[in-house]
Amino acid sequence: MGGVRWLLLKDLQILRRSPLQAVLLIAYPILIAVLAGFAISRGPEDPRIAFVNEVPPNTRIDVGGAELPKANVKEQICARVECVFVGDRAEALEKVESGDVLAALVLPADLVNKINSLSTLTPGVPEVEILVNEENALKAELVDDRITTLLAEANLRIARRIGNEGGRYLGLIVNGGRFEVLGETIPILGLQASARILETVTPALPPRLRPSLEEVTEFASQARDNLDVAKPLIDRLAQPIAVDKVVVGGESPPLEIFAIAVAATLTLAFVVVLLVAGSLALEREENAFPRLTRGLVSSSGLLAEKVLLGVAIGLIVTLLMLLGMKVFVPLELGRIGYWLLAIVVAAAALGAAGAALGAAAREVRAVSLLAFMVTLPIAFLSLVPSGAVGAGAFDAIRYLTALFPFKPALEAIQAALDASGSGIGGPLLHLAVLFVAYALIARLALRRFASV
Amino acid sequence: MRATDVVKRFGEREALRGVSFEAGPGELVAIIGPNGAGKTTLLSILAGISSPDEGGVEAPDGAVGWVPQQAALYRRLTVEENLLLFARLEEHEDPAAAVGEMLELTGLQERRGEIVARLSGGNQQRINIAIGLLSRPAVLLLDEPSVGLDPRQRARLWEFVSGLAGRGTTVIFSTHDIQEAERYGGRVLVLADGESLFDGSAEELRRAVRGEAPESADRDFETAFVAYLQHRGH
Repeated sequence: MGGVRWLLLKDLQILRRSPLQAVLLIAYPILIAVLAGFAISRGPEDPRIAFVNEVPPNTRIDVGGAELPKANVKEQICARVECVFVGDRAEALEKVESGDVLAALVLPADLVNKINSLSTLTPGVPEVEILVNEENALKAELVDDRITTLLAEANLRIARRIGNEGGRYLGLIVNGGRFEVLGETIPILGLQASARILETVTPALPPRLRPSLEEVTEFASQARDNLDVAKPLIDRLAQPIAVDKVVVGGESPPLEIFAIAVAATLTLAFVVVLLVAGSLALEREENAFPRLTRGLVSSSGLLAEKVLLGVAIGLIVTLLMLLGMKVFVPLELGRIGYWLLAIVVAAAALGAAGAALGAAAREVRAVSLLAFMVTLPIAFLSLVPSGAVGAGAFDAIRYLTALFPFKPALEAIQAALDASGSGIGGPLLHLAVLFVAYALIARLALRRFASV
Repeated sequence: MRATDVVKRFGEREALRGVSFEAGPGELVAIIGPNGAGKTTLLSILAGISSPDEGGVEAPDGAVGWVPQQAALYRRLTVEENLLLFARLEEHEDPAAAVGEMLELTGLQERRGEIVARLSGGNQQRINIAIGLLSRPAVLLLDEPSVGLDPRQRARLWEFVSGLAGRGTTVIFSTHDIQEAERYGGRVLVLADGESLFDGSAEELRRAVRGEAPESADRDFETAFVAYLQHRGH
């Protein structure tokens, strides 16, 4: 164990002697991690949409001659996209063509009239115009998705307003009340009052007239009952299918916690894998490996020293990063014990994987390249959520990522950061198994290392 | 140090075919031979880095120092840091004293704080040898120690190595430089295709050649050596 201590000191001296390399080794992964975390934690930017409203001011949607309350469609749309208000269609077109805006939404002057015509015998087709510059497929799809969703929401809001107003009129017919039209108030008797009046006057009528009047009374009662049912039906017409979201598993942590876990794991993975793989390859590049293993230190001792180096540096860098993040995001310091546990176990497994990679090549540069080539795609594959790709592809990704410590490290760090999330035991066990497996592979690979 | 019928195979190829020899205290033994003769393989077996498939090696009490062909040290550490690291790994009771001793032996006291990468190849090789000596070995094995050195550096190296032998260390070295083997090797072991062809002094080799190819024997030692190999089908 004494030998391990001196080798550890030697590696730290070499790191100190190469400040640029050390800074790159630590700063570059942190940069990648912060960028990845930033990208994950931010939703997509609101697209800039030019908005042309040619509808004359104070034009209101009305049903059967009565104005509906404002649906605030413009406000609804502009809350979801960044509206750039322009004067006319030509200006909107220019902005779309120049790329200043992603698309333009034109509400034509006759839009409200056409909506109003929906309740007449000659309904028109209300249309809005969208101007899009589909210079690339991604942009086209983004515009399609956003605009379609926004218009669906606008349609829904208008339909609800119409449904509400229709329901109000039905209420007047059933229950009676007052109806404002052209500045005059018209009292509406309503089916309920009509039936009551008829029931009151029926006994005073001659017997031969009573059956007919009783039929009318009966009709009024039935109509009232059935129209009561009609109102909820009209309400449902606006949104026939309701959404009932049930979370069946995979309790997701808050987005910022997930982003921090991704950033921390990326940093840890790159620092540890590169450092362990590189420092092991350095023993070979400097021809020191045979000299060391001629009785000065065992191969297993050398491996342990490299993993220990990775764990120590990875722990310091990741911990400092998390503490730095704490300034911006409320992380629970009370869970620091879990942080340490997750980072140490994850670093050990990543270090063992780094050692296996380090034993595969002779030069530090080749090993560094190999470490990047393995770690980066595995890290990104580990972030692919279920449903984002086909079932077969996702299974393949799941099995592949389970073979490398990045994903369980991410799960462990996520669990350590978020008390409400899933347990930390499973990922730690997974990491322990990978540690043993990679340590064995590295130990076997060192035999080849010695023989070359 | 004694090697007896050492055989080493790499797959189908026999790198060493029953090589035997021995070297006593203070002897300087040069192992020479063409490329692929088995020189490095024999030295690595003597050093214990690889093991023979057949035969055996007996080493004297005390460590066997090994100096590989390419300097096995850390170029980003200083001279002193390198020596101190290996002295600690050798578990010296007083590593600092051992380092001081080696710095004196190599004449690098004034450059103790310099990064090894900035030193000349000759000085790097001196540190490489000094590391091999840290264990105070009874036998020092050197694999082509003068490769890449200029004549002045080579002269200083051999002066240093001869001094070690003079103090009783058995020195066994391999070399491609036949003149160097003649000049510094008290004994010469000739290997070719894994076989030991000759074991004796340079003068004895010349005498052997004189009987077979007299026109080559009295020219330079390299010509005599080549004639010796050719006469044996190599």
